[in-house]
Formats: sequence, C-alpha cells, structure tokens
Amino acid sequence: METEYLLRLADDALILSHRLAQWASRAPQIEEDIALTNIGLDLLGQARALFTRAGEWEDAGRDEDDFAYLRQERDFRCCLLVEQPDRDDFAIAMVRQLLFSAYQLPLLQELSRSTDSEVAGIAAKGVKEVRYHLEHAAGWTIRLGDGTDESHRRSQAAVDALWPYTGELFESDDVTRAVAARGFGVDPATVRAEWDRMVDTVLAEATLDRPAGEPRTGTGRRGVHSEQLGYLLAEMQYLHRLHPGAVW
Amino acid sequence: MTADGPRPRSSDWPLWEVFVRARRGLSHNHVGSLHAPDATLALQNARDVYTRRQEGVSIWVVPSDSITASSPDEKDAFFDPAADKVYRHPTFYQVPDGVQM
Repeated sequence: METEYLLRLADDALILSHRLAQWASRAPQIEEDIALTNIGLDLLGQARALFTRAGEWEDAGRDEDDFAYLRQERDFRCCLLVEQPDRDDFAIAMVRQLLFSAYQLPLLQELSRSTDSEVAGIAAKGVKEVRYHLEHAAGWTIRLGDGTDESHRRSQAAVDALWPYTGELFESDDVTRAVAARGFGVDPATVRAEWDRMVDTVLAEATLDRPAGEPRTGTGRRGVHSEQLGYLLAEMQYLHRLHPGAVW
Repeated sequence: MTADGPRPRSSDWPLWEVFVRARRGLSHNHVGSLHAPDATLALQNARDVYTRRQEGVSIWVVPSDSITASSPDEKDAFFDPAADKVYRHPTFYQVPDGVQM
C-alpha cells in the first residue's frame, strides 16, 4: 500500500522531469532552457528519493534504477497529465507545469506532516522547489495569456487541451484513503480547493477562460496510460536495458 | 518552438547585468549578464543561471544601459595620477598608547 502510493508520486515526478529534459536546447531563450531543465532536475531528485523510499517499503530489493528503467507501461502509476507531449509548444509546457505544480505544492505541504519521517523530509524539501516551479509557470502563463493575439490563442488552446486531465489529480481510491487514514499519505481530494483557488487566480490574470465541463476520470493510477508513455519509456529506458548493471 | 514566427527583438529582451552576494560576503559581485523582458524575469533567470551551485544568497539585476562605465582610452588620465600620492593613504599616523580605535 505504501509502496503503491509512493510510486504514484515518484512516477509523476519522473515522467514530468523527462518531459522537461526534452526541452534542453529547444527553449525560446537560453535562460529559459536552463530554467526548464533546472525544474526537471528538481523533479528528478524528488523521484529518486521517493523511489528509494518505495523500495525500502516494498522490501524486495528493488532500487531507484529498477523502478525507473525496468518497469513497463502497465506498471507505471503516473497521472496522464504529465505524460502529455508538448510538441515543442512552450504554452503547453508552461500550462502543464502550472496545473501540475498547483496540485503538487499543497500536496507536499500536507505530506511534510507524514508519519514516515523520510517521506516528510522529502516532501518538505520539495515544497521549496515546487514553490518556485509554480511561480515560474504562473508568471509565464500570465505573460502568454495576457500577451499577443497569438500567445493568447495558443495558451487558451493549451488550457483547453490539458484541462480534461486535471480531474485525475484529485481522485481518491482505496490506496489514498488507506494511507491518509494512517497519516502516511495525503488524500489528493483534500487539495482540490487550494488548486482551484490558485489556478483560477492565474487564469483570471492571464485573461484565459477556465474550460467548462467536468474533466474526465483517470486511468493512470491503475496503469492504463496514453500511447505517448510508451514512446517516452522506450527512449528513457533504452540505454539502461542495453547495458544492464552499467554504472557511471 | 517552430521555425515560423518572428524572433524576439533585442529591444524586447534587453541585457541585464547580474550581481550576486555570497553567503559569507559583504558585497555583491558581478557574475555575468543575461537577457530578459522585465525585472521579475531577470531576477528569476539570474537565480536559474547564476545560483545553481549555491553561488549566493542575494541577487541584484540592473539593466545594462543603466550602467555608465569608464572608458579604457581614459585609463591613464583617470587612474595614473593616484599612483604617486602616498600621503593619501592613512599609513603615517601613529596611534598613541592607550587610545582605543
């Protein structure tokens, strides 16, 4: 149960960090290139720590590399939002970051009170990092939304395209209810109100419309992913699988 | 970023000079420069580019056009005359015994 829960958090961070790493050398300015890869590295650090802790709870001898490189799509527990490709569209990258970080920040703030002191420590450190991720993404969303006609059009398109995936972030199930009851983890439904408040504030200032209608229910937490995850994992895992056991 | 669309003009993204004060330092030192459209983003970019390795705890960013620098051509007239005026240095004064500085 604890392992399952931690893998969801770790997979979210790992997959989003990989999406951000794909921006290296492609960002609009070199300073933004470094900013995006910095955010990716922060998330990678969180993923590594969470995988290590998940391996300790599982007690089956798996380490961070085993989790990251040797599992297949159906074993991954990330939400669909972080898998979505951005096709080098900066607006999608920034809106995706806004929507995710606005969820991750209150989640980690709550998680830093976990009864597991390791998890609490990882979460507390993550809070400082994610505060910056959110500020960065919100700033860009506002600049793009309240920008030129083209940037407004593209950022609204990004919000519309990603909105359906936001519902999954806050879904509770047996796993989240169990870990929340024990004080080990956080039921994500409890951070929804804070997410709504922060995202609505940013969208309003960005002159962007919040899409109507309910986001669709998620499937990522039980291992059913979008097609894109397959390509992402093939690229990410290839080298490790080609040289099993290799170290730097 | 696709190939279509105009490139950002340098007037939209002017140059800023970045100064960072180290944790144990008293003064901000010049560490480099970057482009940004406004002060907020300049500060964030400076944080991302120039403090990745814990270089500092405080950042100043200044638009490069706000800085007026002395010209290398004027170097002789500006700085050489100070070379042989040793009386400007506080090295001849003897502090009497018992005086607390």
